[in-house]
Amino acid sequence: MKEKAKLLDKDTLNRSLMRVAHEILEKNKGTKDLSLVGIRNRGVYLAKRLADYIGQIEKVRIPVGILDITLYRDDLTLIAAQPVVHKTEIDFDITDKNIVLVDDVLYTGRTIRAALDALVDLGRPKSIQLAVLVDRGHRELPIRAEYVGKNIPTSQNETVEVHLVEVDGSDEVVIVEKE
Amino acid sequence: MAWTRKDLLGLEDLSREEIELILTTAESFKQVSTREIKKVPALRGKTVVNLFYEPSTRTRVSFEVAAKRLSADVINIATETSSVKKGETLVDTGRNIEALKADIIVIRHNASGAAAVLSRHVNISVVNAGDGWHEHPTQALLDIFTLKEKLGKISGLNVSIVGDIAHSRVARSNIWGLTKLGAKVTVCAPKMLIPVAIEQMGVRVTENIDDALSCADAVNVLRMQFERDEENVFPKQLEYFKNFAITEERLKKAKKNIVVMHPGPINRGVEMSSEVADGANSVILEQVTNGIAVRMAVLFLVAQAKDKLKNHEDID
Repeated sequence: MKEKAKLLDKDTLNRSLMRVAHEILEKNKGTKDLSLVGIRNRGVYLAKRLADYIGQIEKVRIPVGILDITLYRDDLTLIAAQPVVHKTEIDFDITDKNIVLVDDVLYTGRTIRAALDALVDLGRPKSIQLAVLVDRGHRELPIRAEYVGKNIPTSQNETVEVHLVEVDGSDEVVIVEKE
Repeated sequence: MAWTRKDLLGLEDLSREEIELILTTAESFKQVSTREIKKVPALRGKTVVNLFYEPSTRTRVSFEVAAKRLSADVINIATETSSVKKGETLVDTGRNIEALKADIIVIRHNASGAAAVLSRHVNISVVNAGDGWHEHPTQALLDIFTLKEKLGKISGLNVSIVGDIAHSRVARSNIWGLTKLGAKVTVCAPKMLIPVAIEQMGVRVTENIDDALSCADAVNVLRMQFERDEENVFPKQLEYFKNFAITEERLKKAKKNIVVMHPGPINRGVEMSSEVADGANSVILEQVTNGIAVRMAVLFLVAQAKDKLKNHEDID
């Protein structure tokens, strides 16, 4: 793995998130019935940060849930490392809520497909929207994000890595080349 | 830590890490049963065959519920109504099930080692649901899961197992699992129901029930299987109750929060009094609920490992 370029640093990453927070509020006309659901692993931290920004802007805490999609994947047998099944932690009723799914990178769309299946097994939201920090293209399914921190055109032999303070010790998005 | 076994035959073969992986995976599965839609698609398209050579309701139903909550298809074979009656051997039955393109056989058999024999003759996954006096790994795993949920840890706990240790696969699996995870195990029974050289499994032996209860954080009470007393070595039911049953009076002398477990079905008034079975220390029904999560975890892990092995073979 060879690092090719840094696409977002701490400041630009957090500014993008702040903009996404504003866009979510604009589109949903405030925080009524609004909830965020982060997809494990890094989507969870991004969802919590978005909820913090929304709290700063609107002075309201909106609910944040955690979704584990391992059991809904269509590539369970293809991935080299066996995934560990973690808990889904959504302690509010999602029925009739406007749910914003949050993930770090949107790529093939298969994670989001699994997340949609997992989510509708828990209830019937009024709407499900998608927020991602990075959209790197190369979709394999008809899925798009309402809110995008940064669009990054990539080649398929590159990998986009999102690093967050909470897990990686720093905030940055880098592009690395597979060797 | 990755799970690499296509089978679960017993806890004796497993490492501490493997046991812990099953337990943490089960924690994640437990929540599925609390939802409105109690189902995830993890084993969609897989077929699980419950092959039971002994009568069993709770274990078979628990495995069936677990498989269905993972979206697998389930077929139950009770041997009294099958070709086994016509003299088909275990291995032939297994190969026929494999030829039906099933993915997992869950086997209960009265002969110790039956699951291991079957696993050597079929390529599909085999899960031991109890073989003779040997092991009943998923029962021990659900006991340990429940204990960990109640007391937060296993390491350092004092756990007493009371009852017919000699003929109990539940006891053996519990002893393997608990000692591997660092618990101190005491077994308590009338002398004729304690197997020779059981101390070699790393347990303390006592014939005094008050001694077994005095320092115990948990007591696992085994069912007295009077119907299996072919050698006529069992004490009479009343005599057993008097000397070994868990009663409220005996619990008063034990730790206040002692966890009382029983694999079921209970002989009320034999191994324990009704007051204890239904009392505040009893976790017997929680064990039943946890059994589903543990069996979901086991089915999921062996199916995953099997698929991985298959992909490897394809690549090779």
